[in-house]
Amino acid sequence: MTASHSVDTKQPLLQIRDLRKFFPITAGVFNKTVGHVRAVDDVSFDVFEGETLGLVGESGCGKTTTSRCILRAVDPTSGQILFRRKNDEIVDLAKLTREELQPLRAEIQMIFQDPFGSLNPRMTLFDNVGEPLLVNGMTNRAERTDRVADLLKLVGLRPEFMHRFPHAFSGGQRQRIGIARALSTNPRLVVADEPVSALDVSVQAQVLNLLLELQKRLGLTFLFVAHDLSVVRHISDRVAVMYVGQLVELAPTKTLFSRPRHPYTSALMRAVPVPDPRIPVGEVTLKGEVPSPANPPTGCYFHPRCRFATDRCKVEAPALREPTPGHFVRCHFADELDLTTAF
Amino acid sequence: MTAPLLSVRDLHVTFGLDEGSVRAVDGVSFDVLPGQVVGIVGESGCGKSVTMRSILQLVDEPGRIKQGEILYRMPGVDGQPETVVDLTKLAKRGPQMRAIRGAEIALIPQEPMAAFSPVHTVGDQIIEAIQLHHRQWRPDGSGLSRAEAREIVVDLFRDVGISMPDQRVDAYSWQLSGGLRQRAMIAMALSCKPRLLIADEPTTAIDVTTQAQVLALLRELQRKYGTAIIFITHDLGVIAQMANSVVVMYLGRVAEQGPVDAIFHAPKHPYTRALLRSIPSIVGQTQVALPTIAGTLPHPFNRPSGCPYHPRCDERKGPECAARVPSLKPVDQGQSVSCFLHHDSSDTQ
Ligand SMILES: Nc1ncnc2c1ncn2[C@@H]1O[C@H](COP(=O)(O)OP(=O)(O)OP(=O)(O)O)[C@@H](O)[C@H]1O
Ligand SMILES: Nc1ncnc2c1ncn2[C@@H]1O[C@H](COP(=O)(O)OP(=O)(O)OP(=O)(O)O)[C@@H](O)[C@H]1O
Ligand code: SF4
Ligand SMILES: [Mg+2]
Ligand SMILES: [Mg+2]
Repeated sequence: MTASHSVDTKQPLLQIRDLRKFFPITAGVFNKTVGHVRAVDDVSFDVFEGETLGLVGESGCGKTTTSRCILRAVDPTSGQILFRRKNDEIVDLAKLTREELQPLRAEIQMIFQDPFGSLNPRMTLFDNVGEPLLVNGMTNRAERTDRVADLLKLVGLRPEFMHRFPHAFSGGQRQRIGIARALSTNPRLVVADEPVSALDVSVQAQVLNLLLELQKRLGLTFLFVAHDLSVVRHISDRVAVMYVGQLVELAPTKTLFSRPRHPYTSALMRAVPVPDPRIPVGEVTLKGEVPSPANPPTGCYFHPRCRFATDRCKVEAPALREPTPGHFVRCHFADELDLTTAF
Repeated sequence: MTAPLLSVRDLHVTFGLDEGSVRAVDGVSFDVLPGQVVGIVGESGCGKSVTMRSILQLVDEPGRIKQGEILYRMPGVDGQPETVVDLTKLAKRGPQMRAIRGAEIALIPQEPMAAFSPVHTVGDQIIEAIQLHHRQWRPDGSGLSRAEAREIVVDLFRDVGISMPDQRVDAYSWQLSGGLRQRAMIAMALSCKPRLLIADEPTTAIDVTTQAQVLALLRELQRKYGTAIIFITHDLGVIAQMANSVVVMYLGRVAEQGPVDAIFHAPKHPYTRALLRSIPSIVGQTQVALPTIAGTLPHPFNRPSGCPYHPRCDERKGPECAARVPSLKPVDQGQSVSCFLHHDSSDTQ
């Protein structure tokens, strides 16, 4: 079962099937492999054209590794990453060689968490934003200048800033520069890994607004990775929840937040502090720590922390099922539990 | 009315740099009542950490406290009456300040790595602190053996929810996960039974689930020991859950302060109002433009004239906003605001 069918008429732009990324754990002088970190462990989902799919989960659950596989910054251990190109040709990003990937780089771009680290401090905005254009064959400098000026305007920066260096800009402005750079090649898919996590709330609101506006204007498709559930809820059409390398739930945003079906999703939501002192503080429903993906628990990976766990959960791993159309969940009792939240 | 445990009065801290001087804290005043949780919010660079470090006389060079008082109510020892000391008058490295740091006022610093030395085990560092401040555990002044101090640390680790506490005391800080290190820091801060705990963004780097556990823990400790807490965070949700009263800072000044309910349900300062509007809510409308604050935070070398918020303010009253600095004035039960909309333009500093 994959998190794909039954969602209206939109076409999938990206189809991830049984994706795995295991990192070897080595020991001894001969670097013998003694085990594996199962960073991404059998993940399948679709991203539809023009939508924002949010990806959430606690630290270490595999969000960044999933993103890096899509961009082929790391090579997947197994599985397929099917991408539909502009001409409707479907390619498997997981199988392509570096050379074959090159023409695809323009269509898939990335926005990073750290607006400071993702820009080259010794290059001007012109070079930082224009570099992907150059790499993609726009060798004419005047042409590049025009394009960079347009891109800066697009993200709300003045084109005159083109000849300044990144250090002259604030965190929010640098994130805009990072977005301009990502958009320079007219990508169709943008993978954003915690793009607003390092920003103050007021700056965060500006960048979120920019992303929403750009998506509308350019018809972009976003895979939006974040750990702040309020931010993800605000920006996403659908949300996928990961736990210890696995996809445990995926549903349209409204459904997921009002009627989660996985105990992990509901516990995660209950942990979000609501900015209203009149709402009483809820009980802590999720205790203990995330298990190591090098040594995941038996059965359902969530069973040691799940308050609904039974003996069956300790031995039998639940499969990803689709109890209602478009709502995917990996829990034996997804149909029986009532996890309705206040959201 | 209860006398405050800590009272910061008109604090000014500047950093003299080659490019000029930065007024990092520019006239901050607030009180902390015994057993109360005061939440401090404000954007990056508004002076939250510098204010807290001033309280403990830990401001980094070239920072200087230029003006103001930090009054702390010391308990009377051996039947002596309590006294009020101005911490700004104490020598940074003198015996009085050293006795206060840790034992009376403990800080959970913003940089988690700064709290522990990497070359000693976490347990050893806490044991050392407990032995140094043994009076907190043995008011009669008798010392504590290493084994006795270690016993206390194991109990503290258990209290803060560290599993396998008798093994974890022998770990180095870099061997602990983010959540465990955070808990160990809380244990360290509590190890000398402070009456005031200053937590500088203690949950910013950890997951919401771990955060929920740490917040529950702090609330429980506060109830159990009556510790007063100053809690610094960017997260308005955390403030709403933790604080009794709130101080909203902007560019080194207090924009507004008051009881938590008033700050969230009857905010008076245009900055507080704008800040509250700009957060995506877990219950609000989705995929719509969020209200934003115009412009960007000014560079510390370019402080605006008059009200520091006036260039970005969407409710600006008039020319006085750019000309004069509004002072912090009481407007309601325990709520004060620095904004001309709420008092006469003649009330300047
Ligand atoms: N290059 C690597 N070598 C070995 N292990 C790795 C590597 N990259 C990631 N991991 C491990 O894979 C797991 C998943 O990491 P990943 O960075 O994808 O998580 P994440 O969900 O993005 O977490 P965070 O919220 O902290 O960013 C973690 O246990 C991590 O330690
Ligand atoms: N060591 C230093 N040298 C020079 N300036 C400093 C120093 N420490 C702080 N400042 C300045 O003082 C101001 C206040 O800094 P502070 O660290 O108190 O901000 P903050 O509110 O804690 O921000 P954050 O939310 O990012 O932690 C800033 O403008 C900063 O640049
Ligand atoms: S004093 Fe003026 S500029 Fe400052 S917040 Fe009030 S109305 Fe706005
Ligand atoms: Mg990550
Ligand atoms: Mg700080």
